[in-house]
Amino acid sequence: MASQNTAAVPTLPEERTAAQGAFGFTKPQFLTFLLLLAFLVGAPFAGLYPVFLMKLLCFGLFACAFNLLIGYVGLLSFGHAAYFGMGGYIAGHMAKVVGLSPELAILAGGAVAAGLGAVFGWIAIRRQGIYFAMITLALAQMVYFFCVQAPFTGGEDGIQAIPRGKLFGLIDLSPDLSMYWVVAAVFLIGFLLIHRIVHSPFGQVMKAIRENEPRATSLGYRTDDYKLVAFILSSALAGVAGATKSLVFGIATLTDVHWAMSGEVVLMTLVGGLGTVFGPVVGAAVIVTMQNYLAEMGAWVTVIQGGIFVACVLAFRRGILGEIAARLRVKL
Amino acid sequence: MDEIFGIPAPLLFGQLLLGLINGAFYAMLSLGLAVIFGLLNIINFTHGAQFMMGAFAAWMLLNWVGLNYWVALILVPIIIGATGVLMEWLMIRRLYKLDHLYGLLLTFGIGLIVEGLFRNEFGSSGLPYQIPPQLSGAWDLGFMFLPVYRGWVVAFALVICLATWIVIEKTRLGAYLRAATENASLVQAFGINVPRMVTLTYGAGVGLAALAGVLAAPIYSVNPQMGSNLIIVVFAVVVIGGMGSILGSVITGFGLGVVEGLTKVFWPEASATVIFVIMAIVLLARPAGLFGRA
Amino acid sequence: MTTTRRGLLATGAAAAMLPVPLSRARAQANTIRIGVMNDQSGPYRDIAGPNGVIMAQIAAQEFGNRGFTVEVIGADHQNRPDVGVNLARQWYDQGVDMILDVPTSSVGLAVNNVAREKNKAYINVGAATSDLTGPQCSPNTAHWVYDTYMLAKSTGGAMVRAGGDSWFFITADYAFGHALERDTGNFVRAAGGRVMGQVRYPFPATSDFSSFILQAQASRAKVIGLANAGADTINSIKQIAEFGLTRRGGVKIAALLMFIADVHGLGLETGQGLVMTESFYWDLNDRSRAFSRRVQPRLNNRHMPNMVTAGNYSATLHYLKAVADMGVPASKASGIEVLNRMKAMPIEDEAFGRGTLRQDGRVLIPSYLFEVKSPGESSGPWDYMKLLQTTPAEEAFRPLAEGNCPLVRS
Repeated sequence: MASQNTAAVPTLPEERTAAQGAFGFTKPQFLTFLLLLAFLVGAPFAGLYPVFLMKLLCFGLFACAFNLLIGYVGLLSFGHAAYFGMGGYIAGHMAKVVGLSPELAILAGGAVAAGLGAVFGWIAIRRQGIYFAMITLALAQMVYFFCVQAPFTGGEDGIQAIPRGKLFGLIDLSPDLSMYWVVAAVFLIGFLLIHRIVHSPFGQVMKAIRENEPRATSLGYRTDDYKLVAFILSSALAGVAGATKSLVFGIATLTDVHWAMSGEVVLMTLVGGLGTVFGPVVGAAVIVTMQNYLAEMGAWVTVIQGGIFVACVLAFRRGILGEIAARLRVKL
Repeated sequence: MDEIFGIPAPLLFGQLLLGLINGAFYAMLSLGLAVIFGLLNIINFTHGAQFMMGAFAAWMLLNWVGLNYWVALILVPIIIGATGVLMEWLMIRRLYKLDHLYGLLLTFGIGLIVEGLFRNEFGSSGLPYQIPPQLSGAWDLGFMFLPVYRGWVVAFALVICLATWIVIEKTRLGAYLRAATENASLVQAFGINVPRMVTLTYGAGVGLAALAGVLAAPIYSVNPQMGSNLIIVVFAVVVIGGMGSILGSVITGFGLGVVEGLTKVFWPEASATVIFVIMAIVLLARPAGLFGRA
Repeated sequence: MTTTRRGLLATGAAAAMLPVPLSRARAQANTIRIGVMNDQSGPYRDIAGPNGVIMAQIAAQEFGNRGFTVEVIGADHQNRPDVGVNLARQWYDQGVDMILDVPTSSVGLAVNNVAREKNKAYINVGAATSDLTGPQCSPNTAHWVYDTYMLAKSTGGAMVRAGGDSWFFITADYAFGHALERDTGNFVRAAGGRVMGQVRYPFPATSDFSSFILQAQASRAKVIGLANAGADTINSIKQIAEFGLTRRGGVKIAALLMFIADVHGLGLETGQGLVMTESFYWDLNDRSRAFSRRVQPRLNNRHMPNMVTAGNYSATLHYLKAVADMGVPASKASGIEVLNRMKAMPIEDEAFGRGTLRQDGRVLIPSYLFEVKSPGESSGPWDYMKLLQTTPAEEAFRPLAEGNCPLVRS
């Protein structure tokens, strides 16, 4: 029963039909990318709160990393909070206790998350479909328990007062705007990296696995190896996102390793559009904005999130960008 | 006093027994998941929330309507099972033609809604539910005091699990169910209303979760989070057992309860993670699970 | 439990609407704004929560208009540090002068850093961590009614004197549980008692404590110390009662972090005989009784004020007195100066009586060891406690020199 791993994503219009733009983007994608770029540069000057923008970008990168797995390999990981949160803890520890500069702390967070992803991915790819989701969830729960107990995470208190430090030992990041440019750069690098991976020959094999794994195997691809590499890449980028977030806020806490966070990133990607290039960013923006403005509503936030989940699955499986793309008959 | 591995034997027997009690909950919950999975091919992520709803329904019946534990034991699975039937009929059945993952996402979303609503209504500090007077008190077993209620939980859960097994393996209805699992359209062609059977199966699985919730209400704090903490462990139990057989999920549930109980004596700090570690080992050695079909 | 739907909806709506007047009020320079940030939907809702906001509002009203107006707003931090930090930054940037309450240690410590960075005033009432006045102490912060050290000292030391001289700990396996167990154990031994053993259970994954209860029973200790909090404490108490340890075995349970609201939820049948420490009880003396009866009708679900909500009242009052003393512009300019003024003035109110604010931000008030009454001893709702021991203010908290607070120059 497990071998019939059908596509998790509605098939989108063939990309070869659209004209090619720069960076391997199609023309509409390139236009959207320019829009995103304009937003990144303009937003802090348009009166938007920089800390809020940074939070948005961190979650945007997190969602893109998650989308790399679900959207292009068809693997639903329900434990991505483990890599996001662990990245945050490692970066926080490195910046605060070891005294690394921010760029090294972020890299360290990504590296440890990649290692964790390698081990968990190796175990989890033995099963497909919903089993894969349950296994990743259970393994992530183990990480959560580890983080509650481990001395360096500070248990319930978390790691507090993490210094933003000086970029390359030179530029002081404590002003919000300076930090913003760093976060924007990290986001763009991560985003373009994912785009590059997806459009490489490696990415084509990933998509072949998503569409029909037995056929990919019969073509001579060692699908397990491809899945594992995709898993490691995804968890590394999730770790980078978490690491950046912990530097922005100066804290790393249990919230980011909890299973609810794993659910949130699934929601962001689903809302934006599974398997679209820009969808996860849009989804992250929608969910983070919603959380921010509904903070006073307490537990209703959970109810609303659940409602969005249900609505998306039942009625808008393509997500916001997927829906727009389908209307315009382009690929976004 | 005899000692086994440095632990007094009476203490060890007591712990084994307690492990069995926790195992009873694992077994009942993984049984419900297995029944649903067998026919619907979805993982019911709402299961934890439905377990919690069962406990709350027992509390509501007692405090709002004045119906006691024994009535709750019969009514609650029916009421919560009916909400399950409604849920299947309104939402889940729209997803059968899609990838199974959408079923998982949908039930996860519904779980969030239910948990959030209960937290709004009742807060999260938990509600009291007393042990029914007929089952309060304790037996002196020589090596430990066993609260009567805990003994009842194990016995009752065993009976329920056995009954479910008999229904599925030994009755005509069960035969239809198993046939529909293998080839739904063929069974439909024989004039059996498969969609209705699927709906009722989901309701029954949900009812099992609610029944476990009623059993849990007197000993655990009745709070909105009680299900979500448990369900992740139950998922691991399901992965270890594999969802191939009803009996398999019951044996795995009880067995892992005992293993967890023993860990609480020898290495209490690890008792939360031991099931996940076992899951990883089983996956490496036997990816389909102990009782699963590859 | 007396939670009603209407009460809940009303507080939910109030909490949702409260922050709205901010922008309108920003224009008025002569208004002091207090932001009460606590848990309005999670496990600490009944301990702090909407009633914490109401108590601060009552204090502001009773303080009256002494040349400036006071506005109290409230919000829910959902026990999430990132939500708390976001909210604290926005509040301070939008003209909130003091943030109050902030239960949950992770959020409490996170807001501590924001207040220091922005040089605003911050009074923590609800969090338990003694780090707030220890290694992480700040000139912008006061910590009001309790901390882990005070709980350990009162429950550990006083309990031994009351005859409970052998202990077994059931400890949540994380930093908070370890600290409570370690501190309490030290006080038990210092008072001449013995620690027979302990078991550390995984947090927060444990809902079945029976295994640990059997281990506690096997140790034959007279007191079971619960070094945990919230639902875990409630679960352990219920299950200890179920196994008959308290009734059959004559074992005492010492809950190291528990509030009267928890006893209210648990019921006296299960809770009787429980020993716990608080720094406030409504039925302690004439002043606290008069105070509590006056405010009770205004609180949700007609709860009696507890240590934390009463602390919000006391802290708001003392803060406003300092502001009145130094003037609104000066107190808006520097949180450190407000705190310094508060430290120079004696604390005096109906709820806690006299107290002082120490150099490291620690408020010094007496602590009380209570035993929960049996249903027969209680005359009705909220008549729950009998006083066992009192620890005077100067002995109740950690000595200044032992806290490793950088503000304290040796």
